[in-house]
Amino acid sequence: MLEKNKNLLDIKKLKVSFFTEEGEIRAVNNVNFSIPNGKIMAVVGESGCGKSVTAYSILRLIQKPGKIMDGEIIFHPADDKPLDILKLGEKSDELYKIRGGKISMIFQEPMTALSPVHTIGNQICEAILIHQDVTKIEARKNAADMLAKVGIPNAKNRLDHYPFEMSGGMRQRVVIAMAMVCHPQLLIADEPTTALDVTIQAQILKLMKDLQKDLNMSILLITHNLGVVAQVADEVAVMYLGRIVERSDVRTIMKNPRHPYTIGLLKSLPSLSMEKTELPSIKGSVPSLTDIPNGCPFHPRCPYYKPKVCDAGNPPDLNAVDDNHDVACFRTSQIQNEIAGKERCRL
Amino acid sequence: MNENIKNITSTPLLQVKGLCKYFPVFSKGFFKKQIGVVKASDNINFNLVTGETLGLVGESGSGKTTTGRAILRAITPTAGEVILNYKNELIDLTKISHKKLKQLRPFMQMIFQDPFSSLNPRMTVQDIIAEPLVIHKMAKGSVLEDRVIQIMKKVGLKPEHKSRYPHAFSGGQRQRIGIARALIMNPALIVCDEAVSALDVSVQAQVINLLSDLQQEFGLTYIFIAHDLSVVKHICDRVAVMYAGKIVELAKTNEIFENPLHPYTKALLSAIPSPDPDKPMNMNISGEVADPGNLPPGCAFAPRCEFCVQQCEQQIPKLKHLADDRYVACHRSWNVEDSP
Ligand SMILES: Nc1ncnc2c1ncn2[C@@H]1O[C@H](COP(=O)(O)OP(=O)(O)O)[C@@H](O)[C@H]1O
Ligand SMILES: Nc1ncnc2c1ncn2[C@@H]1O[C@H](COP(=O)(O)OP(=O)(O)O)[C@@H](O)[C@H]1O
Ligand code: SF4
Ligand SMILES: [Mg+2]
Ligand SMILES: [Mg+2]
Repeated sequence: MLEKNKNLLDIKKLKVSFFTEEGEIRAVNNVNFSIPNGKIMAVVGESGCGKSVTAYSILRLIQKPGKIMDGEIIFHPADDKPLDILKLGEKSDELYKIRGGKISMIFQEPMTALSPVHTIGNQICEAILIHQDVTKIEARKNAADMLAKVGIPNAKNRLDHYPFEMSGGMRQRVVIAMAMVCHPQLLIADEPTTALDVTIQAQILKLMKDLQKDLNMSILLITHNLGVVAQVADEVAVMYLGRIVERSDVRTIMKNPRHPYTIGLLKSLPSLSMEKTELPSIKGSVPSLTDIPNGCPFHPRCPYYKPKVCDAGNPPDLNAVDDNHDVACFRTSQIQNEIAGKERCRL
Repeated sequence: MNENIKNITSTPLLQVKGLCKYFPVFSKGFFKKQIGVVKASDNINFNLVTGETLGLVGESGSGKTTTGRAILRAITPTAGEVILNYKNELIDLTKISHKKLKQLRPFMQMIFQDPFSSLNPRMTVQDIIAEPLVIHKMAKGSVLEDRVIQIMKKVGLKPEHKSRYPHAFSGGQRQRIGIARALIMNPALIVCDEAVSALDVSVQAQVINLLSDLQQEFGLTYIFIAHDLSVVKHICDRVAVMYAGKIVELAKTNEIFENPLHPYTKALLSAIPSPDPDKPMNMNISGEVADPGNLPPGCAFAPRCEFCVQQCEQQIPKLKHLADDRYVACHRSWNVEDSP
């Protein structure tokens, strides 16, 4: 028996760059986090902060002009010994088995994962036949079962439909079914509900939560929506400019954030329970990755910024401030004192 | 909102009466035959007073954009009236000539969702902002230049960036360019179509604050289209909830949020994921967003409604006036209030 690791995946010192006319763009810069077994781990941050690039790296889907520069992605499969995904050969069997098998991925826009000219039945069967040793008839039956499981009414008849005959929400269900047919241990979901209406988003989030519990898999949920994070995630990492600035369990992040960026993000959410007043906002905008500020990358926008402390040298490390709570800020303890007593966050 | 401004005129700035926009639906294949209509915007009624912000919310395809465009006559309505109070003259926008319409254009502007695709990438920011004035021959030379700089400052853009191209700006800054372009015409009415929807939260808050400040300063009237209810709450005085081309509920903002009467409004509110993990969202809303091209015979929401009775499946509910500024289109709107 292999001893079961607490985490399914450990990402260590991941660095990914894009080489463009403007020079090297450090899209992911020294990212460390782990995805626990049987949990939903969310990576949240504003557009361009490196969420998708991080996710793509796990499946080695980074293409030119991008390059994984450094780091380890250690996968601990339930049924096999751990391996570093970044060390696998580009065309190796192991990588092939992981992609779409042990680890699968869904995207924001379901049509990117679906072919418009094939029936959904054929597409799901193909996914099954690549990774499983079953007959075509069995594959078709499995496909229908999976469609029913993801809540598609009349699943058997639906097999012969084309994606354009379905609504956006139904298509996303099909994509989830396709990702689930090989019983992945990790599902990577990149903004899976961003293109959906709010009532349909609720349905898809429930589906993902239910599947995660039933099959006891792990989910890496990538999103910019803090509400979605609060409602479904167990653990959260907050990204800014290619780095993780804060990481903890969902309750701590939402109720007791310690990084000024997380605090600012949560405050700037228009809330349903709030009076119509000036919305608190984070000043300025996210700088370009070609022009990352020295010291703490957040310092030009930070209300707690201190000259000479925050704006020089290397960026702050992600340090533990508590059990299972890491923050990358030079002034964590001073800030804690400064706002002690004051309402840190209106939640 | 600025109460002084509101009370100056007793006639509303805008009266929308029975406004409809239907699109033909054609058969697939080579000989396209018309086989029906999509009632994208169907019998829309509301008034808008100067300085007010009306929210238009609903899920995709509910007819928000169509309604906004039909009001400004960016598309020709199928039926109905849109009566604009233009300097104390009442003008039905649906009936006037194109020449007259062009004359009124500066008065009514639109701001779009995608700041990038709505800006010409080959024009400098200064030219983009100045363009509406140039087209309408309203200013030129140094007067024009001064006006552009003044507006850029107003919306929080740096005048020294005036010779840059749109790609050199972030999403939030591009939305500011879009706002500057609308504002330079000195409009009274602005339709903001998902104007902040594509922006990241930290920037979204800045743009919402900017829109509020500009409203205070210039007494602007907004129709604020959004699919995100929490954004609407922050900026609107009243909210109209749309479903499948119709307004299903219209009320003061706080009433919509504190005591929603239409089952769809309730569903929509309960489905918003709260950033507070202790306030669980409702994940049990069934069914799909209605397709306005293929509606059931009765209430469009009936197939998804937990309060649905037989009458709902047979008869389309009318928008009823319940109380002051409170309208609901639901056969059971008297009863839903008592429901759990
Ligand atoms: N194909 C590419 N070419 C150049 N730069 C890229 C490419 N893909 C991503 N990037 C850069 O990587 C950064 C992070 O991108 P991404 O991970 O997609 O952000 P997000 O957090 O929105 O998912 C972007 O800001 C962009 O500058
Ligand atoms: N030019 C058009 N031709 C045909 N149908 C249209 C056209 N524009 C919009 N529609 C249809 O009208 C309905 C309402 O669309 P729209 O006003 O864009 O909704 P919203 O802005 O609320 O998402 C949709 O079903 C859409 O498909
Ligand atoms: S290091 Fe300084 S600038 Fe960065 S978040 Fe902390 S206080 Fe703000
Ligand atoms: Mg992304
Ligand atoms: Mg629209």
